[in-house]
Amino acid sequence: MPKNEECRYLKSHEWSYLDGAEAVVGISDHAQKEITDIVFVEMPKVGKQVSAGQAVATVESVKAAFDIYSPLSGEICAVNPEVSKDPSIVNKEPLDRGWLFRLKSARKEEFSSLMDWQQYQEFIKTQKH
Amino acid sequence: MQTEAISLLKKTPLNCAQKDLGAKMVDFHGWELPLYFESIIKEHEAVRTRCGVFDVSHMGRLKIEGPSALELLERTNANSVGSLKPGESLYSHVLNSSGGIIDDLIVSCLSPNHYYAVVNASRLESDKAWIIKNNTHGASVIDESAQTAMLAVQGPKAEDVLELLEFKEAKTLPRFGAVRTKILNRDALITRTGYTGEDGFEIIVSAQEARAIWLGLISNGVAPCGLASRDTLRLEAGLLLYGQDMNEEISSLEAGCAWLVKFEKDFIGKDAFLKQKQEGLKRRLYGVKLSDQGVPRPGNEVFLGDKKIGALTSATFSPTLKTGIGFAYLPADVKTGDDIFVLVHGRKITAKAGPLQFYKGKIHA
Repeated sequence: MPKNEECRYLKSHEWSYLDGAEAVVGISDHAQKEITDIVFVEMPKVGKQVSAGQAVATVESVKAAFDIYSPLSGEICAVNPEVSKDPSIVNKEPLDRGWLFRLKSARKEEFSSLMDWQQYQEFIKTQKH
Repeated sequence: MQTEAISLLKKTPLNCAQKDLGAKMVDFHGWELPLYFESIIKEHEAVRTRCGVFDVSHMGRLKIEGPSALELLERTNANSVGSLKPGESLYSHVLNSSGGIIDDLIVSCLSPNHYYAVVNASRLESDKAWIIKNNTHGASVIDESAQTAMLAVQGPKAEDVLELLEFKEAKTLPRFGAVRTKILNRDALITRTGYTGEDGFEIIVSAQEARAIWLGLISNGVAPCGLASRDTLRLEAGLLLYGQDMNEEISSLEAGCAWLVKFEKDFIGKDAFLKQKQEGLKRRLYGVKLSDQGVPRPGNEVFLGDKKIGALTSATFSPTLKTGIGFAYLPADVKTGDDIFVLVHGRKITAKAGPLQFYKGKIHA
């Protein structure tokens, strides 16, 4: 289970952390609170090549659909079967059991260019009205 | 910029009370109303299993009175207002001369020559213009919307809660009954009606008294609910929304509301309906239930094989059925149980065409 500080973040509120040669991706606690009541996640296909910043999944609440962007380039090597079965896990545990997909052959330099936890916290503050 | 835009929106007397509870507000036809408080699904479940309250003060409220009130209402309504005894209400449609729906509404008879109509917020001005245009015998038409507020208390425990708030007819008022009474010792007009598929009441009080009733309900454990759960609840119950499932181009017959059209009396739109009946309907409203995962949205296209046959007018994830549901106007020869497809995010999801009602609650007789 990653800590917030071990993750890097996108402005569109996805988190990512490196687990050996793979990267794990999910959405932040802030994002799940804003989305509320997640009822469906359309996952990317395993084996799909994605580039950083590409919309690869959709998270749907009762009222709206939200595109999920990949923080990193790489190949989708797994999607979370638990979330496919019960999407509300993303609301309950966005950082651990609620991960969405894993990427292999992700580029480390892309990872370090993402916002760290502190920068992300600052970014969220600027988003509040 | 956003703050300025919001400030132009109309507010109900409960606007502050709802913001105090953390309501997420949205612009609904020019009104600032709560979309939800904490969770749409929790609000939905509260109404299905216990009790929730919706601020529906934005809806239009018209008092129609005088010796010619009944004649005016009979002529402008497809349903038989003349069949109402004092203390009874009915659901009806107001039609244009081509049989298109100007609005759907609830009409109550309070006493002979005294009627009360609750109409859609977005249609209030059109309704008034149409009723006044047809008011050839001088009935009094008074718009009470601004000086009153309206609360919908819905769910199986609504009766018990309102009894706690000293509404003495809570146990005895029949479904679609209407009574001038008191709640928390304040004057109110209460009907046993709603838009959720559950038992429940709609309470009209003066604008100044709304906050006291709201706080009384909340302090008795009633869940505050917003527009989002109102939409999921009414869709499951097979209830139509004006502007999405009905408009002036659609007839009551096409909208699956033939039951409310009373051909034995005269009303504006009747000739168009008779013609439509004789020629047969080309399209009608169906319930659409997805057979596979996915969340349908209004506007999603509906296919039979490769042929596009319509689009969803309303659609959502059903919290009770845990599947996607919606309504669509489809060719009238589509059969219940036919396999159709709904195009969601470019993906064709199998679905079944069927009746409008997806959920049946325990509605008080």
